[in-house]
Amino acid sequence: MTYHPGQRVRVAARSHEGHHRTPGYVKGKTGTVERAYPSFTNPETRAYGADGLPQQPLYLVGFAQRDVWPDYAGQSRDRIYLDLFEHWLEDAE
Amino acid sequence: MSEHEHDHPHEPIENGDEPPAAARARALEQILIEKGAISREDVRERIDWLVSRSPADGARLVARAWVDPDFKQRLLADARSAALELGLDPGPSPVVVAVENTEDVHHMVVCTLCSCYPRALLGPPPAWYKSLPYRSRAVSDPRGVLDEFGIELGEDVELRVLDSTADIRYLVMPRRPAGTEGIGEEGLAALITRDSMIGVAQPAAPAPIG
Repeated sequence: MTYHPGQRVRVAARSHEGHHRTPGYVKGKTGTVERAYPSFTNPETRAYGADGLPQQPLYLVGFAQRDVWPDYAGQSRDRIYLDLFEHWLEDAE
Repeated sequence: MSEHEHDHPHEPIENGDEPPAAARARALEQILIEKGAISREDVRERIDWLVSRSPADGARLVARAWVDPDFKQRLLADARSAALELGLDPGPSPVVVAVENTEDVHHMVVCTLCSCYPRALLGPPPAWYKSLPYRSRAVSDPRGVLDEFGIELGEDVELRVLDSTADIRYLVMPRRPAGTEGIGEEGLAALITRDSMIGVAQPAAPAPIG
């Protein structure tokens, strides 16, 4: 596990051909690690018949809604959380 | 259709309601069975399991947490273990997370990528949960979505949307309604609706006594 709760992380802005579970709306956005989960098989290879190994650490990452959606109409304290695999995260501290 | 010549009048019978994905799913199932990857029995067992699940299990968890503060702490720390403790099947996901709605914080759950959902504890997800409008707007305009579901959050409430994009399954623990102090665990469970555990509704109000 590379990241720890409270740490600022940025979601990689790269595109990815094929199945992956990092929604486009958070790519390039910076948030905070909320929880560190165990590792899970990698859906990007498992989707194509491979075993998904090595397993990838998973994190719950929280973002301010206004950092994700510049025109967000709700309250400034509103947040959005996603489960993101470690290989999509970069240290942002 | 021209062969159809009995004399009661009706519209042509068509399979018009079947979504296009159904034909693709049937074709995939057939190929997987022919290749020996799965059997018809596997498919049947999974369907039986899924339709045997219901929100009553999730409601039991929440109701116990409402009446037992120690259990609530265990539920929030590890919902999978808490479900097992009550003899419930938490499903195949190794991590199930319960999040608590309070006076100051409201959670709601979505899966923007598909339809990830705590099926073991809530049963099959409702059709709207899988719809594109909910999946896109729950993340970008969640207060607008909640408003349409009948929840108007105060400006001082922090709204937290959980997009379950991977292997974790999320269950919302709604706030216990006022006026339920005298109601036992079973009566409380009856107030805890599916939608309140997705975070798009409040629990039902208790029936007036009298």
